[in-house]
Amino acid sequence: MIFNIEYETMPREALEAIQVRRLQATLGRAYASVPFYRKSFEDAGVTPADIKSLDDLRRIPFTTKQDLRDNYPFNMFAVPMSNVVRIHASSGTTGQPTVVGYTLRDVDTWAELMARSLVAGGASNEDIIHNAYGYGLFTGGLGVHYGAEKLGASIIPVSGGNTKRQIVIMKDFGPTILTATPSYTLHLAEVATEMGVSFKDLKFKYGIFGAEPWSESMRTEIENKLDIVAVDIYGLSEVMGPGVAIECHEAKAGLHVFEDHFIPEIIDPETGEPLPYGESGELVFTSITKEAFPVIRYRTRDITSLNPEPCICGRTHVRMDRVSGRTDDMLIIRGVNVFPSQIESVLMQMDEVEPHYQLVVDRADSLDILTVMVEVNERLFSDEVRLLQNLERKISNDIKEYLGISAKVKLVEPKTIARSQGKAVRVIDNRKI
Amino acid sequence: MYVEQISVFLENKAGRIADVTSILAKAGVNIRALSLADTSDFGVLRLIVDDHAKAERELKENNFTMGKTFVVAAEVEDKPGGLHKIMDLLGKEGLNVEYMYAFVRPHTNNAVMIFRFDKLDEAVQVLTDNNITIIEGEKLYSL
Repeated sequence: MIFNIEYETMPREALEAIQVRRLQATLGRAYASVPFYRKSFEDAGVTPADIKSLDDLRRIPFTTKQDLRDNYPFNMFAVPMSNVVRIHASSGTTGQPTVVGYTLRDVDTWAELMARSLVAGGASNEDIIHNAYGYGLFTGGLGVHYGAEKLGASIIPVSGGNTKRQIVIMKDFGPTILTATPSYTLHLAEVATEMGVSFKDLKFKYGIFGAEPWSESMRTEIENKLDIVAVDIYGLSEVMGPGVAIECHEAKAGLHVFEDHFIPEIIDPETGEPLPYGESGELVFTSITKEAFPVIRYRTRDITSLNPEPCICGRTHVRMDRVSGRTDDMLIIRGVNVFPSQIESVLMQMDEVEPHYQLVVDRADSLDILTVMVEVNERLFSDEVRLLQNLERKISNDIKEYLGISAKVKLVEPKTIARSQGKAVRVIDNRKI
Repeated sequence: MYVEQISVFLENKAGRIADVTSILAKAGVNIRALSLADTSDFGVLRLIVDDHAKAERELKENNFTMGKTFVVAAEVEDKPGGLHKIMDLLGKEGLNVEYMYAFVRPHTNNAVMIFRFDKLDEAVQVLTDNNITIIEGEKLYSL
């Protein structure tokens, strides 16, 4: 099934004509209403009128995460606050998340794209959707929620956590579609087993999983354990939220990017030069219908490639490959973006000088476990064990407070954290994904 | 009136205390008293030695994280109730002991208790007012 046959199966030529028209309108609005974009275009010597084709897009400068941070909280908004009906935020540097806004029309567009995604993942208006993505500032929960309502499916807004209750709801309400992060899904499967509940006896048919990196082997594991078909969904709050791209359950081979709303590009992360179809590089997005928070050539830092081959599902939109990595050292832990620099800022508050630390990520019982190793220097040290334990607790609490994730803090001796060529190795990711 | 104590941060792994004792042995530093406090991940080794400056220098050179604190060494009668007399006194005066450890001196009738107080001056005052003998640092290092 396809939710919007006209747009999702539109011939490439017609699709590209729409893209150019929408791109020009977006550039015009961004130039007129967002000082950052006006300056960025002017510095590059281009005006929206210079952009006459999709190829001309490369003349426009990139937008980075740092640009969004510099304009915290609302300076990237292209409409007055009176037209903004929703605000979301993604975790960012301590005390400074990336804030995004939506007009009523943006919320409706998002719901449409999420409805398309749910259908691509196997859902219809007959389904009951168990939505275990977190509700809140994170876009996952509400994104799926509005899409499900748009589709006319029945949504259970269960959000994350309280796993045992979730299993009871699954048994009693009989949901047929599961939406969650893949790691939480495996956790649900384990808790169900402990409770003596078999997923094979539940009514699930399809699952739509995303918000963190996962692999084909995890897909196989989820499909076997839950007795469902599992697809990958992609999105990021800066561009919209979940529903930027979705795998169709027919092919399960790459995620269709909704090109009537976003223009994807792949660039060489070193030179910024666009790369042809099939080549792997950094994914860059330009939104072409968003009103409150247009993004222009936004560098996602995600590494993937684009595939224009026709798909058996009938959709004509290009497919992006599963994200294979990041150009920076961002970690995604239980669906939350974590940069080593954020942990660093928390540690700096303890001790005003840059501490030596290392982040170790493991996956135990299918949940991500973050351990922060901190070298104890003389300013942090105390001869009282109680104070050292308080220090561990305080760092852990601050990380929880600022980043929203639980971390185990472990104090280690100086010079024990491996350094490569004099530079400390900040991240060790032991997850097999 | 106070005794200097050095403390060393150690990860909980085999051989780490031996690393410290080996450094001190090579430097010719004699350990007068010690105590170890530990958690599942790390420990703090507290030492009173005959040459603190030398011990500190040698350990720092070997990348150990060190601290220096002042503790009080009090003489305790080496007989039943000897320690209780002091503890009772401290309790009545509301003086909190962060930690304490003992060492027994052969050929004397007294043991020595090392106390770490957060209110150091107040504690010394109470002990001396009650005729408890406090051992000076210099004397203790060379006992």
